[in-house]
Amino acid sequence: MSAGIRRILPQLLTLLAVVALITAFFPSFLSVEMVDGRLVGSAIDVLKRGAPVALLAVGMTLVIATGGIDLSVGAVMAICGAAGAWAISNDYPLVAALLIALAAGLACGLWNGVLVALVGIQPIVATLILMVAGRGIAQMITEGRILTFSHDGFAFFGSGTIFGVPTPVILWLAVGILFTLLVRRTALGLLIESVGINRRASALSGVNATVLLVFVYMASGICAAVAGIVATADIRGADANNAGLWLELDAILAVVIGGTSLLGGRFSIIASLIGAMIIQAIDTGILLAGFPSEYNLVIKAGLVVIILVLQSPRLSPRISAALSRRRKEPAPAGSATEARE
Amino acid sequence: MLLSIRGLTKSFPGTRALDGVSFDLRAGEIHALLGENGAGKSTLIKCLTGVYERDAGEILLDGRPVAPQSTHDAQTLGIGTVYQEVNLLPNLSVAENLTFGRQPSRAGLVQTRKMRAQAEEMLSGYGLDHVNVAQSLGAYSVAVQQIVAIARAVALSGKVLILDEPTASLDSAETEMLFSVVRDLRERGLGIIFVSHFLDQVFSLTDRLTVLRNGQHIVTAETAEVSRLDLIHHMLGHELEEAEHRRHATKTAQQSVLTFDGTGRRGKIAPFDLTVSRGEVIGMAGLLGSGRTETADMLFGRTPPDSGKAHDDDGPVSLRNPREAIAAGFGYAPEDRKTDGIIGELSVRENIALALQARRGWWRPLPRAEQRELAERYIERLDIRTSGAEKPVGELSGGNQQKVVLARWLAMNPRFLILDEPTRGIDVGAHAEILRLIGEVVESGMSILLISSELDELVAASDRIIVVRDREHVAELVGEDIETDAIVRAIAASDAPAAAPAAEVAR
Repeated sequence: MSAGIRRILPQLLTLLAVVALITAFFPSFLSVEMVDGRLVGSAIDVLKRGAPVALLAVGMTLVIATGGIDLSVGAVMAICGAAGAWAISNDYPLVAALLIALAAGLACGLWNGVLVALVGIQPIVATLILMVAGRGIAQMITEGRILTFSHDGFAFFGSGTIFGVPTPVILWLAVGILFTLLVRRTALGLLIESVGINRRASALSGVNATVLLVFVYMASGICAAVAGIVATADIRGADANNAGLWLELDAILAVVIGGTSLLGGRFSIIASLIGAMIIQAIDTGILLAGFPSEYNLVIKAGLVVIILVLQSPRLSPRISAALSRRRKEPAPAGSATEARE
Repeated sequence: MLLSIRGLTKSFPGTRALDGVSFDLRAGEIHALLGENGAGKSTLIKCLTGVYERDAGEILLDGRPVAPQSTHDAQTLGIGTVYQEVNLLPNLSVAENLTFGRQPSRAGLVQTRKMRAQAEEMLSGYGLDHVNVAQSLGAYSVAVQQIVAIARAVALSGKVLILDEPTASLDSAETEMLFSVVRDLRERGLGIIFVSHFLDQVFSLTDRLTVLRNGQHIVTAETAEVSRLDLIHHMLGHELEEAEHRRHATKTAQQSVLTFDGTGRRGKIAPFDLTVSRGEVIGMAGLLGSGRTETADMLFGRTPPDSGKAHDDDGPVSLRNPREAIAAGFGYAPEDRKTDGIIGELSVRENIALALQARRGWWRPLPRAEQRELAERYIERLDIRTSGAEKPVGELSGGNQQKVVLARWLAMNPRFLILDEPTRGIDVGAHAEILRLIGEVVESGMSILLISSELDELVAASDRIIVVRDREHVAELVGEDIETDAIVRAIAASDAPAAAPAAEVAR
């Protein structure tokens, strides 16, 4: 088994278990059919509705890998959605509207990055500022109302399809793959992990930790911008109060379920994406299974607790030890001179 | 017999850390526990203090079998431990630290006066009469903190006291103060296990010693009956080459590679001049806090100089941050390798490749195959003991971690490498290897600034020695003058105007 597969195996197994659980309650969960040239089904719905959290989780993974956190992503979604909606309703061309939204995301990320990396404010405090102020900025852009528009080109990013697959699904897959390639085909991933584990030692080895920190917050900002575009396009309107509300918490949860430590260090974007899908599958599954809606959050919390307990560093060695006892592995040969003090 | 360990065995995945080890401790003795890094000393202590659960064997305390499940458990049984890094709370008062967890209280409120009286009683007999127990612990020196930790451990436990590298961050006066406390405790009938890398201290303090090697018990003997050579032989399992290679006899003036003019930083180190020649080892001696590490941090741009300038043959060299220093061909293996050196969770390969990668820039990744080849080369060249290049470096022993940091810089092929205490806290074998390596790389033309508190090491390795005192470069020893006595004299010299070495500074 390759190291890459082994890294995401717990998340894959969890997703399978959640899907199996939902299918047990709701047998047609996995059935997908083609209607009017677009794929339709509950599973497709999960992939689509999970798009904002998945997109946020990509940037959040990089931020958390440096030992930081970005609480502002939900508010940044609202800002970028509002900026895009404002541009499109003021008859800017589609490309310009998209670029304005993305630029707003980059600017928000730059602000966070500067506060964290240059000013030296703790990430949770630094991003809290924009988390609170961001919705205000978004409201100023929308002038306090829900800014609606009717532009099919912009709406395509929320409700359109490409070869039958909803655009948001394509978007989060594309952003996830793009960032994975960006960090793993270059040395960015290694340098981010090294800064996250030990910033002092990394800086002494010549790693430009400041620039890397600004980069990850900007990456988080642009991911939030794409998520904001999707959310806004989906409802054909910018809702400064509710767009992306609490989604930063789901994004952090997705990263945690994806096995990236909040202390920073080793990260996996793919595992975070699977984490986002686990969360969305739980959300959708609870609805489909017909539980009264007031039970949703409690059931979700219960499932999340179970998943995290199973993955916890204290418990998982025991579980794998129990598994390997059953398999009767031969004792690994190793040199006794190794440090085990 | 106060404490008796029989056939203790403890395995970790891939390693048998302890293999049927036996160990005896009498009441009223100081017993040294010795061995290289990875020999099993810490594992033995952790089994004793309940941090690890042993796989096999038995521990008898006062003849009764015990099985401590936690450090608290061990304390209650009578086994107390004091670690190198004092594990007390510097922001609480001395009294609170001493009585922590059992402060006298009434109706849930701490009775401060009673607590202080208790604390003063606990401290009596330790020669700490000047210590105000109401003062916060952090206000006192590490030595005082260490003794407070001992007082607490003795009061809580009172039978067996384990001292794990207690002197690593103390200067010699503080060490002597600690030793007199330990000797008093021996008179009071405690059994004391003393772990240290400093062989001098072992010989001056302990009654008996036990050597472990590769998880096995090698020897237990009366300290007085063991010679230093025998001891090293037991620890290493092979003879250390006796004849230390002295290279500083006469070296003619060489081509200079770097010149620092009036380089200094206010509050850190007074301005000094320094010329670095190709292929020379500049030793730097001085007490802790005298300005040794401050000099290194400044030369590497970590706390950039605020006066003077540096230049080489091609012109001025800018040292405003580590990246500029690296670009100028500098390397720096800092004193505290855990916090400033290694990236613990990254693999040996990634740690070695890190500086090289940082210099290339993120957009030009070092191909995986090249990284692996680089790692394999240095693992072999420096004899880094690891099960493979992909093992997280944090799981290696201290000496091997140090070698990884060295490999990171050697891979850069710097022209000026700063080594701050490269051999601190590592075992004798790795120690000798690192000194040999220094000799090897200067042959290729690299220049080295070697900071060390081990005078013998400085004398053996350096071409000249700079002595720092009170944040000032006060003397430079060359040629015949390089000997430990001269260094000690220079460190100890008062600021009297007659201090001859002062003239040397502006050389």
